[in-house]
Parts: sequence; structure tokens; C-alpha cells
Amino acid sequence: MKFTLSWLKEHLDTDASLEEIVERLTMLGLEVESVDDKAALKPFVIAKILTAEQHPDADRLRVLSVDTGTGTPIQVVCGAPNARAGLIGAFAAPGTYVPGIDVTLSVGKIRGVESHGMMCSERELELSDEHNGIIDLPEDAPVGTSFASWAKLDDPVIEINLTPNRPDATGVYGIARDLAASGLGTLKDAPIPTIKGEGACPTKVVIEAPEFCPGFALRLVRGVKNGPSPKWLQQRLLSIGLRPINALVDITNYMTFDRARPLHVFDLKKVAGNLVVRAAKDGETVLALDGREYTLSASNYVIADDNGVESIAGIMGGEHSGCDENTTDVLIESALWDPITIARTGRSLGIITDARYRFERGVDPEFMAPGLDLATQMVLDLCSGTPSEAEIVGYAGYTPKVISFPFGEVKRLTGIDVSADESRAFLTRLGFGVEGDGDVVNVSVPSWRPDVDGKADIVEEVMRIYGVDLIEPQPLGGNEAVNGRILTPIQIRTRNAKRALAVRGMMEAVTYSFISAKQAELFGGGQNELKLANPIAADMSDMRPSLLPGLISAAQRNADRGFGDVALFEVSGTYEGDKPEQQRRVAGGIRRGTAKIDGQGRHWAGNAQAVGVFDAKADAFAALEAAGAPVDRLQIEAGGPSWYHPGRSGTIKLGPKVILGTFGEFHPKTLDALDASGPLCGFEVFLDAIPEAKAKPTRTKPRLDLSPFQAVKRDFAFVVDKSVEVASLTKAAASADKKLVNAVRVFDIFEGASLGEVKKSVAIEVSIQPIDRTLTDEDFEALAKKIVDNVAKQTGGVLRG
Amino acid sequence: MSELEQLERSISDAIAAASDEAAIEAVRVSALGKKGSISEKLKSLGAMSPEERQSMGPAINGLKDRVMQALTSRKSELRDAAINARLKAETVDVTLPVRDAPAERGRIHPISQVIDEISAIFGDLGFSIAEGPDVETDYYNFTALNFPEGHPAREMHDTFFFNPNEAGERKLLRTHTSPVQIRTMENQKPPIRIVIPGKTYRQDSDATHSPMFHQVEGLVIDKNANVANMKWVLEEFCKAFFEVKQVKMRFRPSFFPFTEPSLEVDIQCDRSRPGEVRFGEGDDWMEILGCGMVHPNVLRHGGLDPDEYQGFAWGMGIDRIAMLKYGMPDLRAFFDADVRWLQHYGFRPLDLPTLFGGLSQ
Repeated sequence: MKFTLSWLKEHLDTDASLEEIVERLTMLGLEVESVDDKAALKPFVIAKILTAEQHPDADRLRVLSVDTGTGTPIQVVCGAPNARAGLIGAFAAPGTYVPGIDVTLSVGKIRGVESHGMMCSERELELSDEHNGIIDLPEDAPVGTSFASWAKLDDPVIEINLTPNRPDATGVYGIARDLAASGLGTLKDAPIPTIKGEGACPTKVVIEAPEFCPGFALRLVRGVKNGPSPKWLQQRLLSIGLRPINALVDITNYMTFDRARPLHVFDLKKVAGNLVVRAAKDGETVLALDGREYTLSASNYVIADDNGVESIAGIMGGEHSGCDENTTDVLIESALWDPITIARTGRSLGIITDARYRFERGVDPEFMAPGLDLATQMVLDLCSGTPSEAEIVGYAGYTPKVISFPFGEVKRLTGIDVSADESRAFLTRLGFGVEGDGDVVNVSVPSWRPDVDGKADIVEEVMRIYGVDLIEPQPLGGNEAVNGRILTPIQIRTRNAKRALAVRGMMEAVTYSFISAKQAELFGGGQNELKLANPIAADMSDMRPSLLPGLISAAQRNADRGFGDVALFEVSGTYEGDKPEQQRRVAGGIRRGTAKIDGQGRHWAGNAQAVGVFDAKADAFAALEAAGAPVDRLQIEAGGPSWYHPGRSGTIKLGPKVILGTFGEFHPKTLDALDASGPLCGFEVFLDAIPEAKAKPTRTKPRLDLSPFQAVKRDFAFVVDKSVEVASLTKAAASADKKLVNAVRVFDIFEGASLGEVKKSVAIEVSIQPIDRTLTDEDFEALAKKIVDNVAKQTGGVLRG
Repeated sequence: MSELEQLERSISDAIAAASDEAAIEAVRVSALGKKGSISEKLKSLGAMSPEERQSMGPAINGLKDRVMQALTSRKSELRDAAINARLKAETVDVTLPVRDAPAERGRIHPISQVIDEISAIFGDLGFSIAEGPDVETDYYNFTALNFPEGHPAREMHDTFFFNPNEAGERKLLRTHTSPVQIRTMENQKPPIRIVIPGKTYRQDSDATHSPMFHQVEGLVIDKNANVANMKWVLEEFCKAFFEVKQVKMRFRPSFFPFTEPSLEVDIQCDRSRPGEVRFGEGDDWMEILGCGMVHPNVLRHGGLDPDEYQGFAWGMGIDRIAMLKYGMPDLRAFFDADVRWLQHYGFRPLDLPTLFGGLSQ
């Protein structure tokens, strides 16, 4: 919403400065988005060309002697065809910034002749696109004075960023009312003229859609003379960026901005029969005033006559019945439309107009008829003519909402101590009715404030006018005790998993929750209910079933930029369905190239090797452990989901059913489909699948018994079938004597022809911790036998000879 | 020269000539061993006359002492030399680079770090952290939050919608974290003090808008929380978050469907230095958050009586306050995972934001 300072002052009597007004508007909730104080135009002065001589060296240039009011004529070289002795125009002295050409003037020589300034065109001052010649002012323009203030171009333009709840502030008058209520001046409440008119309006209005049109006022003015509107009106419209058309149309635009009362004018001669408000027929078309043809549907509403659609009701008039210079008989429409329907129609047709802006917020119903009278008076004043009586149809009158309001509500919700009298005064100045004398009063809501419908709204009105900046902050209180842990288990897991992975040299990425359909399907997603109906881009259409495609793509983007060794992770949501419980909390990560935990790339002390399945496994376990999973009870199963390398991937399980994660290198087809290249490995662990630890009655850690006897290590090498999983061998060794064996470490795997095709050797180091005495050689032999026997029993392994 | 003198000289020469500990040992054995030259001399004392013994005894023993001393001193000399030689041989170029520790290379994304900072501050103020799903229903995202059907405010949200599911219901991606207000009220009786960080989505993309972004919502509900308390909470938060002693904030009336009264909040800052924003000084205002008293209809949708319970809520962009505090110029880069960006704007994993140690380094 844009207006100028002088326009505002037409409704507001105030001595406040521009700055004060701007500040107050913002503090009233009418946030000032910009102020153009027109300072750029201040340096231009009215000047008169005394003489205009031909430039000695250029056919198209003239050398002017210009009187700028200083008494000393100034020499200016000028190329404008209309530069002539006696012309009065706008002069810019050296040092002036000329906005239209983005140049700060200096004294210069043009073809050898000094020029001390410039006579400007309208385009150079950014007043219009006119550039055929310099500005040519009337003879009475006072030489030596400010051009901008003489031409009334120095009127500051204020633009407010209006919230959707304030239809009343879509007009300058309503803005002035708010300012006056806040004490920044007095509202000039000039009476609205009442026009009686002669004879009935010959065109009748038929409302076939009363739920959409709760009122329609129409009046004919015969014998008007339409043409350009007066300079002041044109100036006003231009100042807020509207193009003057002709007096009748300009009046409707003026009323729209001045009174938040959009109007429409029909040329009677082009209207056939009565005006009917009805739903459009599917496929019906209308050529609107913007020159575009719109195809309507049954959910749009129109004003039609015998010729067909004349106007998209409340949004834009039709080209056919519009008013032009030949219009002599004009029908003025002042109607009410259902805001929601207007919003929906405007949106579906993609039309943004000043009328829609107001009707979708809600136009003051009580001003429908007065607005018509006020517009009629303007038509009579500017175009003369004879008015008919008003045809008013469908309007049931306004019954104000009455809200029972305890004044104490202000203090309860805001903490402000404002007296009942003060509250009453604020509300009254805003146009609310306040009835009753007690602590609880009946507040009736004025017709221009459809947004107010409860006690809280009234509190806001009082608070706005009182001044939000005057509210003293008060401590919240109720927080006298030390606050304990505030995160939920899943939040703690999320946070710990992130830090644990970052500590492993990985960088946390945040990638989009939506990926392409192809990627989603590749990773087991792509369900219909997880596809966006209106994605922002084709490759951001499906909610991700996994973090991996996003991370692999991110790694590839980095590789394409020359950073091929990257380790990335993300802890975030994946989506198995559209229900809340189907949003999983997953920690996932990838490593690419040689981005190992200890460092990447070449190094004098040893080059990093390509990443692989075991890097991913280590990451997965680190995340699980940080998230509190019982890592010593987890099992690894060979193989994982289809996107992994079937022989180099694993699934982490807790018991037979609970899957806590997957890890591995990727299937070559997966990488192909993602346009990615390796070496790449990755993992995902499902933080929400980790069972919650039982609440502990104490924080005391279990007792620690340290054996005083020296721990010893013994090495064994077993030959087993290649198919035997090493985990089962180490488990067999460890369980041979659970008391004495406290660790089993695999330190070598050997496969070779000497062992045969189907065999491998697994070398383990067993840590033995004697508990109650030093072990004898016999004890060790007995233990070794137990280990060898158990390994043989569990895995078929034999001690390597 | 006497015989003893000759012997002493020859032993001294041998000691001086010994180039390692083994050679010294050989000299020792040849002089002081069982059959060593000095040992033999000592043995010969027994066969001497008492007079001879009186003069030769001290002479031979003196020789023995001197030789032993010479042996010890030479031995330690040689050991030092050997150690020095070894140390020299073991010398390396200590300017050779070492690999960075993984904990120094890893990075926490600014969004996670800022969420931890927010949690630290609000934890101190007695709040808990709540969360909710990204895929929401129209009810939780709009209707329960008092967005009337067809209201322009609804259109302003640029919502992402899903295809209808099997039940014919059309879900959406939440456009704000506010649905969690309702979900919380449904599950928890007041007093409620929560902050809700999370992902939000709108169909919008430029330098300051991304189709996915992050918001943090706050909600306080009890029987007397008011605008004055809200001002205090938000001022305390901004001071703590931006790590300044004082911050000037401007609360101005605004409109949101789910609060009444509604306010927008600007924060005082100085933007006169290119690429840098300083808070707590300067003449500029920067919009930072929206807030207000929870709308009576929202309380009702949450199952609370607005005449008994009241409270306030606010929402702000996590990415936005991260950008303001740490100076990232473009929001889209947050989601690009460019390792150079993460390295530069990310945080070291062991830099944990706390109030006692400072939120940031």
C-alpha cells in the first residue's frame, strides 16, 4: 500500500514530521517498507533559457545562456531539439546527480565549448519516459526556485507492507484514522455528500449468487464529459505508480486508494440489459481490462449482461464495457464480494489487482452506498453530468459484532497497566463502540474491521495504540530450580551420533529431504503418497527413503569440483510413509576416494588407501555406540539392501528382528544410476530402532575388580573353511573359558595355495587374565586345549601346523 | 724407566686406543683379569721380601687404582660417544608435516551447532525441546492454527502438497514448526515451555529462501504468561545467542493467524561494514522473528480453555539467525554440502556450545 505525505495530510491534521509519522506507522503495525523522500529531485531548479546559439562545431548542439535565478547567466551546451530562447525548464548544476542517466554532473567541454550544467528531460529526472526534448514549463514557473516543489514532485512517498488482516488500512483515510487514534494528529472527518439523484437507475441489478455478493449499489450518471483527469489527480496517481487513464477510471482508482473502496465504471452504451451477478459458466471467456483473455470456471463469479460477461466480479473489469473518452453515460458500481471467493478466483486466474487486494481482505460494507455517493460527487465535479438514484440491491445492513470485554484482559495478556478510561478512549478513537461503565463492557466492532472478533483482538487494539515499545519486559519466573536434562532420548542420540561421526573426520551435510523419483525408487522409496504434487524442480519430487542418495550425489558434486576425497554424514529424517511414525531418524554417512579416518591422500609417512566396507562398518558402529546401542550384543549378517555390493556389505542386527543398520560398498549399478563413481562406501544406522535403556536407579558404575596377576597373551592360528565367518571363530575362542579369556583379537588372515582352494588361516591373539592365582604351564595347556577344542567344535577349524 | 712405569704406559696406551666398550673390556681383562698383567704383579708381592713389599705394594696398588679409574672414565667417554652417534643417526626432519587428527578435520553443520546453542540457552530458561513430523496434515499445519479456509494468509505459505494417499487424504510438508504447538498441547498439560527446532518447507528459492529451511518455534503456556514476559524471554535469548551484553529490540504489531496480539521483532544492528553484522550497536533494524500471544482458537484446538490458560509463541529461522551471527551470505549453500563451505563455516566436533564455556569460540 503506497501513498504520499500530502495525501495523508488531506485526512490527518498533524504537525508531526515525516520521520515521526513513519515511526508511528510501523509501531501501529502498519510497517513502513520504504520511504522515498524525493531528495534526489531537490537540486533541480527552474531556469530560463535567455539565448540559444548554434554550437560552432556541432550541427545538433546549441550553446545556451541560462538564467538559474542567481543573476549571472550560465553557459550550457544542449542537444535537445526544443531548446530555444525563452523556454523555462529544469536545470541541474555541476555536482548534481541525475538519476535518469546515473551520472553526477561536472563542468565539461562539449566539442570545445564549456558546459556548466544541464537542462533536463523528464526521463533524466525519472518522471516519465519522455526524452524527445527538455522539460518545457509554463511561463509563470518561478525561475530560481525548486523545480520539484513547484511541480509538487517533492511529496514523499510512503509504502507500507500491509498484513492481510487490515482491510481498513488499504485506504489512506483508514491509515489516517489509525494515526489519529494513536494521538499523532486529528482525523479530518469531512462529511460524505449524499446524492439523491433524478429518476431510477435504468439498469437493474440481479444477484443470482447472494452468498458471493452481499450487496450491490449502482448509479447512472448521464451526460458526462470524460477526458484526462485534472493535474492534481493525475499527479497523485502517478506518485504511487498508477497510470492515469481518463477521469472516470482515475476516479475509481483514486477511491480505491483513498477510501479502500474499489469501484467499477461501465459505459452504459455498451451494456445490454440488466447486470446479473452469477457464477461463470465453465469455459466462458472474458477479455479483461489488462488486454488478456481469461477462461472462467463455475467457481468464478462474474457480472454479466445480455452480451455476456462484462466483468470478473471484484477483480477486474472487462474490456468491452470499459469507459473511454467517448463515454457520455456511465454506470458506477460499488459492490461487496465474498473475500474467500475473491481470493480463490484471483489465485486460480493468476490476477493481482488493487481491487482483489482489497476485496479479499474485506471491504467496509457500510461504505458501499456512501462510497458510491462520494464517487458520484467526484464524477459530477470532474466530468459534470446528471446522476440517477442509486440502485441498491441485496444489502442487509451491518450488524456489529458485540464482544463482552473485561478491561482486565489487557493486563492479563500484555502485562500493561492501562486504565479502563484509557482503553475506552483508544477504542472509541478507532471507531469501536464501548457500552457500559463497569469492569466488563460491550465493545461493538466497526464495519471496517472484519478482523476483530474476540477479546484478544481488542487487547491488540489497545496495545497497539498504547505503544508496544512501552511494555516493560518482565522475567518469566517459575524457573527457580536447576533445569535438568531437557533432551529426549532420540534428541540425545541424534546429537551424540553427529558429534561421534564428526570426531571421525567426517563433515556434516544437510541435504534436501526430497530427491528425484529415480533415486527414491533405487533406494526402496517412490510411493505415491510421498510424491509432491507441486515439486519445486523435477529432481526434487519424492521424499527420500534413505540419506545415501543425497550424500552420494553430494560427494560426486564435490568430486566434480576437484575434491574427490570426502567423508560426509547426515543425521536426519527419512520417510517410509506419510504418517508421523513413518518418519525415521537415521544417521548415515559416506566416504569417497581415500577419505579414511586417519587422513586422506598421499603422505610421506604412508599413503591413504581406498575406502571400503570396513571403513563404513567402523563408522556405523561409532554412531551406534554414541547413540547408546548395546554394541557388544550386536550381530553382523553378511549382505544388505539391493543398493549395496552383495559381497561387501553387512546388516547390523540386535536379535533376529531388530535391524539397527546397514553398511558396505555400493553396487556398481547403484553408482551408475546416480552418475557417481567410487571408491565409495557408506552406512545408515536407525537411531529410532535402538531400544531405550532401562531407567537406572543409580548412577553408580559397577564395581571394578582389578586382578593383581599378570595378564598374558597366547597366539593361535586355525585353518578353517573359507565360508566360516571369523566372528564365529573368535566367539568360539572367547567362550572357551569366559572367566579367563577377556579378549580375542584377529591379527592375520591368510589364504593361499598351500592351504588349498577352500581353506583360510585365521590367526588370533587371546588375552588371558588370571584371576585368583598365577597360572602354571599345565593351566595354560589346559586352556589352550579348551580353546582349540571349542573352535574345532564350533567351526571345524584345526590348529595350523 | 722402571718396569711398572713401562707397564702403566703400555696399559694407558691401550686404554686410549680402545675405540669401543669391547676393546676397553679386553684391556681390563689383560690388566686386571685373573691372569692380567697387574694381577700377576699383585700375586708376585707374596714372594717379595718385606722391604721390597713395603715399597712395591703401594706402587702396584697405586697402579691398579689409576688403571681402574682410567678404564672407567674411558668407558663412559666411549658410551657417550656411542649415544651421541646413535642420536645423530636417529635425527629426523621435524618440520615434516603430520596428519591432522580426525577430530580436527570433522565438522558439525552450522544448523546443528545453532540448534545446540538454542538448546543451551532455552534449557537454562527452563524449556524442553520438542519435535514433530515433516509430513503433516492440513489440520495441524493450518486449520488448528486458525488459518481459515481460503484465507490469503494460507496462500502466502507456498505449501508443498503430496499426492493423495490411499485414504484420499492429501498431506503436505509443514510450512512452519507451529503444528508441533498443537501436537504438544494434545499430549501435555500446562505449564508448557518448549522450543521446537526442525525442518520446514516452502515453494521458494533464492539467496535468502530455500525450498527447505529450518525454524525454531517457542511455546509457553501457563496461567499468566504475557507479552511482557515474552519480551523478556526474547531479549534474554537474543543477548545470549548473539553473545552481546545489550541488545535493543523493536517489537511492533503485526499479524499471524495463530497469535493475537501478534508482533514482529526487529533487532538493532550495525551493517555499515561490508559482509558483517554487529548486534547491540548501530542504527539499523533487522527483522528477526515473529511472535505473539497464542490465539484463543489455537488454545481451544489444543484442548485448553483460553479463559483459564494463556501463553505466547514465537518462530524464527534457524538458518537466518545462523547467517546473521556467522555471516554466511547465501542460504542455498547450507544444503550443497560443499566441503570447502563446511570446512569454513562448520564447527569442530568438540566445540560444544555451553553457557558456562561460551556458545562459540
